[in-house]
Amino acid sequence: MAEYPRAEHILNESTEVPTGRLGIWWFLASEVVIFGGLIATYVLFRWQHPEWAAEASHTLNFAGALNTMVLLTSSLTVVLAHAAITEGKFQLAARNLGFTLLGGAIFMGVKAYEYSHEIAAGFVPARSLFWSFYYTMTGLHALHVLGGMIAIATVLVAVRKGHAPQRVEYVGLYWHFVDIVWIFLFPLLYLAS
Amino acid sequence: MSTAAIAHPKSFWREYVFSTDHKTIAKQYLSTGIFMALVGGLLAYVMRMQLAYPGQAIPGYGTIDPQSYNAVVTMHGTIMIFWVAMPILLAAFGNFLIPLMIGAADMAFPRLNMLSYWIFFLSTVVLLASFFVPGGAAAGGWTSYPPLSGSAAYSGGQWGVTLWLLAVAMEFAAFLMGGINFITTAINNRAPGMKLFDMPLMVWMQLGASIIFLFSVGPLIAGAVMLILDRVAATGFYNPATGGDPILFQHLFWFFGHPEVYVILLPGFGAVAEVLPVFSRKPFFGYRMMVYATIITGVLSFIVWAHHQFIAGIDPRLATAFSITTILISVPIAVMTFAFIATLYKGSIELKTPMLFALGTLVVFLLGGVTGIHLGTAATDIYLHDTYFVVAHFHYTLIPPVFFGFFAAWYYWFPKMFGRMLNEGLGKAHFWLTFIFMHVTFIPMFLLGFGGHHRRISNPQFFEAMQGPEAERLQIIATAGAIGILLSQIPFVVNSVLSLLRGAKAPANPWQANTLEWTVPSPPPHGNFETVPQVYRGPYEYSVPDRVDDWFPQDAKV
Amino acid sequence: MENWLPEAASSYAADLDGLLIFISAIVGVWFILAEAVLIGFAVAFRRKPGQKAAYLPGRSLRAMSWVLVPCVVVLGFDLVIDGVAAPIWDKVKIEIPESDEIVRITAVQWAWKFTLPGPDGELGSDDDVDVMSELHVPVGKVVEFELTANDVIHSLFVPQLRLKQDAIPGRVIKGWFEATKTGTFEIVCAEICGLGHTIMKGKMVIESEEAYSDWVKSKMPEAAASIPAEERNEG
Repeated sequence: MAEYPRAEHILNESTEVPTGRLGIWWFLASEVVIFGGLIATYVLFRWQHPEWAAEASHTLNFAGALNTMVLLTSSLTVVLAHAAITEGKFQLAARNLGFTLLGGAIFMGVKAYEYSHEIAAGFVPARSLFWSFYYTMTGLHALHVLGGMIAIATVLVAVRKGHAPQRVEYVGLYWHFVDIVWIFLFPLLYLAS
Repeated sequence: MSTAAIAHPKSFWREYVFSTDHKTIAKQYLSTGIFMALVGGLLAYVMRMQLAYPGQAIPGYGTIDPQSYNAVVTMHGTIMIFWVAMPILLAAFGNFLIPLMIGAADMAFPRLNMLSYWIFFLSTVVLLASFFVPGGAAAGGWTSYPPLSGSAAYSGGQWGVTLWLLAVAMEFAAFLMGGINFITTAINNRAPGMKLFDMPLMVWMQLGASIIFLFSVGPLIAGAVMLILDRVAATGFYNPATGGDPILFQHLFWFFGHPEVYVILLPGFGAVAEVLPVFSRKPFFGYRMMVYATIITGVLSFIVWAHHQFIAGIDPRLATAFSITTILISVPIAVMTFAFIATLYKGSIELKTPMLFALGTLVVFLLGGVTGIHLGTAATDIYLHDTYFVVAHFHYTLIPPVFFGFFAAWYYWFPKMFGRMLNEGLGKAHFWLTFIFMHVTFIPMFLLGFGGHHRRISNPQFFEAMQGPEAERLQIIATAGAIGILLSQIPFVVNSVLSLLRGAKAPANPWQANTLEWTVPSPPPHGNFETVPQVYRGPYEYSVPDRVDDWFPQDAKV
Repeated sequence: MENWLPEAASSYAADLDGLLIFISAIVGVWFILAEAVLIGFAVAFRRKPGQKAAYLPGRSLRAMSWVLVPCVVVLGFDLVIDGVAAPIWDKVKIEIPESDEIVRITAVQWAWKFTLPGPDGELGSDDDVDVMSELHVPVGKVVEFELTANDVIHSLFVPQLRLKQDAIPGRVIKGWFEATKTGTFEIVCAEICGLGHTIMKGKMVIESEEAYSDWVKSKMPEAAASIPAEERNEG
């Protein structure tokens, strides 16, 4: 593991874990309970409403599958960025972050296509509880993708200038989390019948 | 590393407004919290006057209609929990004390800390603005149960509840960020030599409260998002007509709402745990036991929530299970209470103002604690639920940490925060007046509750259970008590203002206490510690045998 | 404590009141004991010149047992309370006895609506009769109710019967009571339900079986038709 520069004001680190990484882990824990609460609620409802399968069949499986692939690939590039930064290769890391950013942009583009297609076909959030859940869960997730993209863009700018190597790991952890949430949402909302 | 790098002079804005210094941020939270306590207190005054003299003009307010009364009830609860208890106990004292007590220069993430405060500040503005929108502030109770809160058709104005939800969501976001900061700092930025079990109990309690908050609030954030969408996007998560379920929100709310009680209680108890050993010159009795009791309380607090819903339409077969978990949680709380009492045993007790408030916290809390058994038992909850017994119970449970605990902390750490000593005489007057009027206000509510007085009623005389000279007398006594509590804060304000201006200069360690915050000047400079302190022992080594001094600072070399 | 409670008028009121007194007695003793020790210590161990406090950190299990043993006793009392309370809860809320009368109670903003089963004795059929705000029930009979709400959450509360149950839109919750005294009692709404929460109330008249059957007859459509108009207006 690379030696990370320590923030100036921190006098001491009591554990082996860098403070920033610890902060990110607790941040992700708080995110897990937010999505956990939403997903658990949805699963309980879905259990009682087998007829939602018919509604779910109107989601665009190919778009969902494509987005799953895009997100998984972008997770790979963020891992490559981290690998590069531990070897001190700032420009390579920046390029891989750029690919991740591109993945996020494609994901959002596909999402926009999906939403507009579904809304045009009359599947609006207020149509039924299934669609309420669908838009709430994928919408909240999309906001997280957007937030992740902003964070990655910020880190990318810093890394290109040779700053803040430790942040590549932190945005990477976050991006993995966003990816994992999607891995739950895709089967629950698109595929389950 | 030298702290000079952090101590360089800053502009007014960076120094006092957009400051990243944990001590300044603590004071910002503190002043916002005290201001909101004033707002919440005035709302209580309006409520109490209406209940004692229904329909009559309230001096300073005028007559109140039922919709406004509901809004006053709602906002009083919301403000006191989310905008007073949380910012004062958790944010202000957590921010001020955690770095100082563990020997750190600041929080782990100072800029995140500043961001937390300003998001909190924004949430305060949004909440206060909601009083002035068409239709008035939210009026569905601080729990905001749908369907009542789910549509403007049921609850009055469109804007009140929406702004309420927005403000609460922002407040949660602020405290989540703050909590992550607290947890990371306490885990990772302790001074060399300070093991986890050398941390002062206040730090443990802040850590426990932050972790409980972090793991309980998520589902409610999701629930609040769904409620906002129900209101603005016509979804039907809580609407039975579309297959939704109103009880769902209650589960999400109380899954957070009950742990929240401990989020508030623990920091208050933390203040008591710091004050008792210092003013009885004794080690804290059973320090590790106290830490484990805190952890067990935290874990149990996640499996008791449905006791708020015994008669809310949940499967009645679940009730006994939740009764048992609820009553079980009284055991770790009893451990804490008994440990506090045992700390006094064979002490050398000095009843200075902080000690009076710390003892007052326990004396008052005991009644709140034991009446919890009445409500946690499902069968007796049938009658008592949603009566004034509940109102009296939770005020007896929450006022001790929120106000008595806060005042204990205020009188104890004021010299450290502001570098001035407070006046003892005014402090003692403040304590005794507040303590007496507390009982004058809330004992009558227990009796009204037994009589069947149900909650959130703007005109009690409309109902038989609350008619008659005896009930009216109780209402008037409670109202007199509430006004008494408000007026009892005058010595507090006078004392604080006068001491700030011309109190005696505070030495670094006026109470001869052990913890690290007393090793730095009062008030501490930017960066807190001249050199990184080295910790050699636990925080409560008082009256150690064979030592001349009856205190033994954590960083003192033998 | 009995003096503070309203008069008891249902078959399970005595159980619930007895439990309330039982719990109050147990926690009351603990409360007084704990306060006495707490205040006693604070007074007895005041600072005296030249006297040092004892060094008692409570680290050993032996020392901690001063705290833990009372807590185990607390736990014991807790479990006793749970053990005594559980059957009472079951009796009131789970085991609905064979009923003599049935009524559907619907809460609306801000009134109580009662639906009587009509001549066929069954709810949900065409001959059901709606009555607003005032319900009559026979004394000494088990009345089963189906409780629901039309708009927001309400809570059915009759203090004298020690009866409380939330009414949830979209759900029908069954419950029961058996009145043991005749009289007229208020039905209030214990859950905040909007602007009119403070004026939401109904009336429950508990009366002899004869008076009750007269009341039921007067509410039936054919009976209403046969009563002269002026008499109906008076009613």
